[in-house]
Amino acid sequence: MTLILNRIDDRLIHGQVVVGWGQPFDVRFIVLVDDEVARSDWEQELYRMGTPPDMEVFFYTLDAAVGALPAYRDDARPGILLTGDVASMLRLVTDASVRDVNIGGIHHRPDRRQRLRYVFLSPGEEALLKQMVERGAAVSARDVPASNPVDLRALLESETVAR
Amino acid sequence: MSERAAIAPRALVAGHADFAVGLVSAVQQITGRGDVFVTLSGRDLSGADIEAAVRRVVQERGITVVFTDLQAGSCTMAARKALRDHADHVLVVGANLPMLIDFVFADQVPATEAARHALERGRSAIALMGGRA
Repeated sequence: MTLILNRIDDRLIHGQVVVGWGQPFDVRFIVLVDDEVARSDWEQELYRMGTPPDMEVFFYTLDAAVGALPAYRDDARPGILLTGDVASMLRLVTDASVRDVNIGGIHHRPDRRQRLRYVFLSPGEEALLKQMVERGAAVSARDVPASNPVDLRALLESETVAR
Repeated sequence: MSERAAIAPRALVAGHADFAVGLVSAVQQITGRGDVFVTLSGRDLSGADIEAAVRRVVQERGITVVFTDLQAGSCTMAARKALRDHADHVLVVGANLPMLIDFVFADQVPATEAARHALERGRSAIALMGGRA
């Protein structure tokens, strides 16, 4: 096994990640890449308490994650890579060879336009997602395993459609 | 029989999808006192938006107790962040109907004390019946 999901989700660790993906795929670890969380013991404890005892959580700044990811890819256990924003995942696509990107949840903000029920994107974020594809990554949106993936092209053509 | 005066909310119930509304509607049906609770759904909100909503309810309604559904859930995460600086407030994770009903009827004690009692009631109300080992 390896990292079974490279997910952009502004909620980071929450029910869909731990239960929705975690249980059916028997996920044993999460690599959470977020500069703010990586520098806060309190936030790390918060996220650890939200995961079952048999699921480890590793915290990295974006810079540190670039060097750390190959070891997690070689890990025999199934794991999930998480970032809270599009720009961080683009960095990992570019510098850490992430090749499949899941848009799991990017929620409302005034500068964002709704693309799916759980995906709102600003023009800048849309450009970054297109860059991921140009750099060889497959990008799609899917909140939970039971839903159908929506690839980036279809996502950017969709308009406030509940799926 | 005189009409009962409206009750000021004493707790927030927050969770996935219609969890909070569903539970509180059941409380209302059974006790007629669903107005003890304010409800919040995390559906389609960012973690930051949920946290802001919890802060708003706590501050504006003077609420000191929050019930949530799932330990890993975004409402729980957001509530823990929102209550971080409120040492006298309590968060109860894993809310169920017996728990909320118990809380409703403990209106003679402070809400945080009622929450502690409700937690025990909710825990003890879980049972497995039938089946073969």
